[in-house]
Amino acid sequence: MNIVVLVKQVPDTYSERKLSSGDHTLDRDATDAVLDEIDERAVESALQLKEANDGSEVTVVAMGPDRATDAIRKALSMGADKAVHLSDEAIHGTDAIGTAKALVKVLGTLEGTDLVLAGNEASDGRTGAVPAMVAELLGLPSLTHARELTVDGGTVTVRRETDDGVTVLTAELPAVVSVNEKINEPRYPSFKGIMAAKKKPVTTLTLADAGIEPSDVGLSAAWSTVTESNPKPPKSGGEKVEDEGDGGSKIAAFLVGQKLI
Amino acid sequence: MDLELSEEHAALRATVEHFAQKEVAPVIGEFYERGEFPYEIVAKMGAMGLFGLPFPEEHGGMGGDYFALCLALEELARVDSSVAITVEAGVGLGAMPIHRFGTDEQKARWLPALAAGERLGAFGLTEAGGGSDAGATRTTARLDGDEWVINGSKCFITNSGTDITSLVTVTARTSPTEISAIIVPAGTPGFTVSEKYSKVGWSASDTRELFFDDVRVPRENLLGEQGRGYAQFLSILDEGRVAIAALSVGLAQGCVDESVRYAHEREAFGHPIGKYQAIQFKIAEMEARAHTARLAYYAAAAKMLRGEPFKKEAAIAKLVSSNAAMDNARDATQVFGGYGFMNEYPVGRFYRDAKILEIGEGTSEVQKMLIARELGLR
Repeated sequence: MNIVVLVKQVPDTYSERKLSSGDHTLDRDATDAVLDEIDERAVESALQLKEANDGSEVTVVAMGPDRATDAIRKALSMGADKAVHLSDEAIHGTDAIGTAKALVKVLGTLEGTDLVLAGNEASDGRTGAVPAMVAELLGLPSLTHARELTVDGGTVTVRRETDDGVTVLTAELPAVVSVNEKINEPRYPSFKGIMAAKKKPVTTLTLADAGIEPSDVGLSAAWSTVTESNPKPPKSGGEKVEDEGDGGSKIAAFLVGQKLI
Repeated sequence: MDLELSEEHAALRATVEHFAQKEVAPVIGEFYERGEFPYEIVAKMGAMGLFGLPFPEEHGGMGGDYFALCLALEELARVDSSVAITVEAGVGLGAMPIHRFGTDEQKARWLPALAAGERLGAFGLTEAGGGSDAGATRTTARLDGDEWVINGSKCFITNSGTDITSLVTVTARTSPTEISAIIVPAGTPGFTVSEKYSKVGWSASDTRELFFDDVRVPRENLLGEQGRGYAQFLSILDEGRVAIAALSVGLAQGCVDESVRYAHEREAFGHPIGKYQAIQFKIAEMEARAHTARLAYYAAAAKMLRGEPFKKEAAIAKLVSSNAAMDNARDATQVFGGYGFMNEYPVGRFYRDAKILEIGEGTSEVQKMLIARELGLR
């Protein structure tokens, strides 16, 4: 089975994340960058499938600046076999739709893909739309928010878990599956894995290499424009409710005011 | 002149840092309080290959080097020393003598499970009344047909009595003039371990007294050359000192981490205490100690990896880093004030764990003696 995992390098959620003052895109220099934590679980899912199916291969696909190689190395050191990195200055500021279009072109450079895996959303943009868009553009079944994932012969089955409930979805391969944060606990890379990762092939592609139209990507192609951004205001002290025998109704009135009940 | 870590070493360091923060820090306090050995954490460390770092892949190792082990120990000890010493003793004292001196059969039999962290090995050298004078071994082993018969006792032996301990290598007199090393499998009749000691620190590690009462093991359990047991041990002692230095640097750095965090958080007289120079200077000194001690162990490790003599550098690294750990633990506790005296804060653990670093794997006095000898003073 040929498995492709879409991964993204994101700012560490433990650090303070900022937008740059110029074009309101992510300020990548302000924070440590890591492999997205849900993507890490997608890699783990891929590795588990590989271990259960002899002769499988796991390819990591990432789109991002040069330093995204660190996130790629992490996935390779966990055990993925090879990687494709779309790195081109022109992709700066690409939105979810442009990202999906670009990823589909990159996927087109790989042959015989049976399963595309991804995290269901990245911890920075959090649009949570890319895996479904990729499936749509490829014309493949889209199985999102997987809490469990099994592949049996040519059939993939997932247990989809969202706020709306639990659904079991089945599709014939090839298919696109996005996993949620509860699907597994990703392994830590071993030193053997870290050393082996250095020797694994990473193909770096430009837009032209992947056949991507420059007009499909970048800030100018984005369907939305950020005109202004401000840092999150500091937490205020909150509202104090004095209980004069009517504390319960005051709290209820507050919650009604916040449209919470 | 380059003190940067290689890409692989840097990636390993970052991986172990993340592991220690995520898997060890949240739970180790309770193990420590209960004096309980953290089997779950050991299993996770085994799965990520920490017990196999310096061993070749053919015996289940990671194919790394001793410096990789040191980096892992530093990052573990930044969060907790019990966990770090369990790895240090398991790798450096349990598995390393077998890797270094064992026959092909011994390596094939014992190393894979030890390198995977599924089983732990221990080394029984110290005896009551022995200590730094390790040559004063009184435990005996005599040949009876094709078996060694061992009698005696050992004390302060790390990893010797866990549920997953597979063996203890013991040093014993095989004649009045010679000391040899012999592998004693756990569970051999006549070999018993005491209850765990009640220790000042390292409370979540396993340390016990061992007793040998006519313990019989096959003749081929002799490890290395007969009569060379003590000499063999001495040859792995220098690298063990570098490992303990790394562990000490971790503790010293952990004190800095905790103090910086607390200095931002804790307010007194209207400001975070980190605004006050009294605290700033204290933490600055702590950082300087951790940094210089790290350079000392890097330097010793660099010589070790190049295959050059590193006895003096190892002794210096052990001496200064254990000092740094002790000084930083004292200062961090002071920064925390009353809370530093509470076991629920990591600095309380650091304080209790620091003292042994000036004692184990050669006391500070022994390190000074070694340094003086290397300078030609005898």
